[in-house]
Amino acid sequence: MSFNSKSNYEISKKKVGYVPRIDATQETYDALGFMSGLEVHQQLLTSEKLFCHCPAGIFHEHDDYNAELIRHMRPTLSELGEYDGTALMEFKTRKEIVYRINNENACTYEIDDTPPFPINVDALEKALEISLLSKLNIVGEVHITRKQYLDGSIPAGFQRTAILGVEGELELPSKKIRLIQLSIEEDSCREISDVGHVRVYKTDRLGMPLIETVTYPDFKNPDEVKDGCDYIRFLNRSTGNVRTGMGAGRQDVNVSCRGGSRVEIKGVAHTKWIPELTHNEVFRQWALLQIRDMLSANLNNIKGWKVSSVGVKDILSILPELEEKETIIAINLPGFKGALSYFTQPGQMFADEISTRLKVIACIEKPNMAHSEEFESILSEKHWKLVQTRLKASKEDSQIIIWANEDDISTAIETVEERCKLALTGVPNETRKSFEDGTTIFERVLPGADRMYPDTDSAPIPLDDNYLNNLNKNLPTDVIDNYKILKEWGVNEEVYTYIFSKNLFPIITKIVDKIGVNPKYVCAFFGHEVKFAVGHYQGPEQFNFERIFKLFKYLKSKGITFELAEKMLPELIMHPQMDFESILTSMNFKKYSKKEILSKLPLLNEKFSEGKEIISNIKRKNWVMGKLRNIAIGNIELTDLSKEV
Amino acid sequence: MDNDIFQGYKGEALELLKKYKVRVWGAVSAETTRGSFEGTVLPRSENDDDKHIVIKIITGYNIGIDTRTILSMKETGYKKANYKIPEKDFPYTKGLPKVKLFGTGGTIASRLDYRTGAVIPAFSPGELYGAVPELADICNLETEKIFAVFSENMGPKQYLALAKAIGKEIKKGVDGIVIGHGTDTLHHTGAALTFMCQNLPIPIILVGSQRSSDRPSSDAALNLMHAMKAAGQSDMAEVQVCMFGPTSDEYGLLHKGTRVRKMHSSYRSTFRTIGDTPLARINREEIIPIKKNYNKRRNDKNVNILPYFSDKVTMLYYYPGMAPDTIDALVDSGYKGIIFVGTGLGHVNKELYPAIERAHEKGIHMFMTLQTIWGYVHMFVYDTGRDMMAKGIIPAGNMLPEVAWVKLSWVLGQTDDPEEVKKLMLTPVNDEITLREPYNGYLVYQGGVPEVDEFIKDVHK
Repeated sequence: MSFNSKSNYEISKKKVGYVPRIDATQETYDALGFMSGLEVHQQLLTSEKLFCHCPAGIFHEHDDYNAELIRHMRPTLSELGEYDGTALMEFKTRKEIVYRINNENACTYEIDDTPPFPINVDALEKALEISLLSKLNIVGEVHITRKQYLDGSIPAGFQRTAILGVEGELELPSKKIRLIQLSIEEDSCREISDVGHVRVYKTDRLGMPLIETVTYPDFKNPDEVKDGCDYIRFLNRSTGNVRTGMGAGRQDVNVSCRGGSRVEIKGVAHTKWIPELTHNEVFRQWALLQIRDMLSANLNNIKGWKVSSVGVKDILSILPELEEKETIIAINLPGFKGALSYFTQPGQMFADEISTRLKVIACIEKPNMAHSEEFESILSEKHWKLVQTRLKASKEDSQIIIWANEDDISTAIETVEERCKLALTGVPNETRKSFEDGTTIFERVLPGADRMYPDTDSAPIPLDDNYLNNLNKNLPTDVIDNYKILKEWGVNEEVYTYIFSKNLFPIITKIVDKIGVNPKYVCAFFGHEVKFAVGHYQGPEQFNFERIFKLFKYLKSKGITFELAEKMLPELIMHPQMDFESILTSMNFKKYSKKEILSKLPLLNEKFSEGKEIISNIKRKNWVMGKLRNIAIGNIELTDLSKEV
Repeated sequence: MDNDIFQGYKGEALELLKKYKVRVWGAVSAETTRGSFEGTVLPRSENDDDKHIVIKIITGYNIGIDTRTILSMKETGYKKANYKIPEKDFPYTKGLPKVKLFGTGGTIASRLDYRTGAVIPAFSPGELYGAVPELADICNLETEKIFAVFSENMGPKQYLALAKAIGKEIKKGVDGIVIGHGTDTLHHTGAALTFMCQNLPIPIILVGSQRSSDRPSSDAALNLMHAMKAAGQSDMAEVQVCMFGPTSDEYGLLHKGTRVRKMHSSYRSTFRTIGDTPLARINREEIIPIKKNYNKRRNDKNVNILPYFSDKVTMLYYYPGMAPDTIDALVDSGYKGIIFVGTGLGHVNKELYPAIERAHEKGIHMFMTLQTIWGYVHMFVYDTGRDMMAKGIIPAGNMLPEVAWVKLSWVLGQTDDPEEVKKLMLTPVNDEITLREPYNGYLVYQGGVPEVDEFIKDVHK
């Protein structure tokens, strides 16, 4: 009976016990030993970058640059005097990193040709306020540290970063979450492209001040992770110290299953993606553990396991997109039958773990790889037979074929062998790149703690008690306290997210306290009407929510009922310079007294009744209300009017 | 013993460590008014204050604890860092050139001690091989540490020692010599060695790094590879400085020791040949000559070592309104030679004339060089120039000020005779004065000019 990779995939998916998230319960996650923690990154709202005087927040299109330069990142020795194996392998392939520089937002500091200027004090202060709010133990002296990155995302090869506080605690509505630390750091480059041996970055975002809040792995299910992340973001926003908008907040999500390893899902832009990503990751790890167990049972010699490879260009010259200078090799994976097509994530199998590594480490792009357990192979059965014969493969083996430049071949074989060997031990520590559909792919090997060393270019910065006490005086109230107040007011939970994400609580309390509007009404107004209007009408600039306070104040002073506010919103958003008076004029609003409006009732009632024998009171009421609605809004509360009708 | 246990700590911080019996490298748990902190106590930099104790926390970061907030501390363990660069035997490859590396204390290859922040230089062939394995494909390497000083402390004593060591090495037989050197005074040493080591049969390559080699983007490894290649394979038997061409990791430039100058405090591409083009471009594959005429490599060992240096030469950077007593003071202090660095074509103000005359009468050798860096001294254009020549100041052509200082020191180490001094000074050993300035010898681009900006965009800087 011939091997069917499709059914192998389905069977393995069942074995893993994969269920869609909607069908998963706490028991599902407890059984897998779900564990997750967060690293929440948030850009600070400052005018300048962290270690130079370039403006922060000025961005450019990919092609809008003034100069380009090239760097190669070289692994340096670790603290233990060893090179990181994968880092060295990556170096061997000589990735050429190209940086695009725009004179408007990058100087010689960003590209590591000028030493750092003293740290941006405004950024430090804003980050400290958030640290205090996060109940962290604030350090006595800030030490700038260099954190190595070999991917090129920072031209120096390291990021300047510093711890401001350790061991904090956040009280979420459902549980308490412990914080490991909060650091201030410089943001990295934005990637433009990464093809073959060339990776291109732009430097506009590079060096912008950023904070990173790191939690303990206290989250026990995917939704909890999202809630925790939202909470941290709301807390950051409650200070008014942070940037908002695309890319201003990003998180790395650490996940593991029981017996698995810490895997970091990098740069998740939206918290709403977190549940699906963490759900799939915990199952992926579970699947990798099963693959390990399966291989352990099948292989005789785990320690001495290795691949064999041969050139097969002569038999496979039919491959698509094959270039003349490329060679083709076939790699035999002894005893791996059934492993390559083993389920790992929705739409992915173990072979994808290998191909994504090949791209990163050996610079080999798909589709320059084929394997013997693909659902649909580009090779015919006959060709596979020829390859297997040449490899002297047994029935228990599986094969991979790679076509690439001669120079990349040896790294490619090493990469395949290394990933397969890692499969024999379980889940490799790695960082993974996320996709909107909730799946992930390999990004790089997870670096250890040994990549930190002191920045000899910067002096330590003392933080004395007086300074911190002064900062403490100006802090906003805790998000959790605000949350409790909203509950007390009886505000519907569905509007909480909007209120906290836009940091509206201070404006809401101002409207409630100073104008005396019903809090539940104000919250609903923001959570529904304002949210809708801001989402549908485009103004020349970002809407300033403070205008709503002024609007309510104006309406009250004119004796106009608040119901008119909703109607005024579109104009308010589209024309932020327009005064309230003019908005009302443009809406044809006319002031009527209650008496004037009520005086129209008899006539309307009469009109409705004309020619009708039986009069439904409800129908009458609706009809009359409809007729009066336009002149009533703003002049009389509709509920009051309804009673009169 | 105290010093060892409490490395770098003083005052309040030291007292606290002693009180709670906590040592440097001890695992500590501290209770403070700001909460508790745990980590390993690190040595403190001597120049930092006595109000903080530095610890490395478990995530690898360093933080300081304010001593005034400490309520109690406890040492819960101890692990002293023992740091060593790994050594691997530098492989011998038959057929590759034999290159000698002289160490002077510059950190061409080094590793930062994560814990202390101190730079630990990698120097033995084994250490270098561990750090830059590609070197083994270029040459067979031997190393010798001649002394260990920072670049700014390199001076006459070191020039003499280096010149003698080069002479000895050439006699022993070697294909090329590389000198690892801090970058600040690389060009001074380049000039000194050019004058002291004449009729060279092999290349002498000075190399440094603008970014220490403990960072992934360092220029050190590539500079070192280029230097080894130039020393072992180039046929240019001159004293050269080998450093980055552009700031990109693309190619290096080989500059004559007498025409090169450090032109930016921190750029990787800081070294430029002034008033001429560099000797050659170099990358990992090839050496591409730029100049057609140079001293060729030979098989003999007939180097001429001239280890002379007078420490009675000084430089005077002129500024408007400079008073004559500045010169008088130098003369009275016993200086025998003065290199003037004048304005424009080589000028100083009239108020200095009496002092210059006095110096001349006392037999002080005076030469004029330029603040403009580029161009020739020309003292016939204005009367002031002619006056000054009459008063004994000799124009030094387009010799760079630093080079003129090195050369006059070297000359006065040999003779005191005015005519002989003048002749030696104005007869170039190796292009310290050139007869012509090619049109691409002076290039200082001005940003903002459209065609320059276009060039900058197109070509990797």
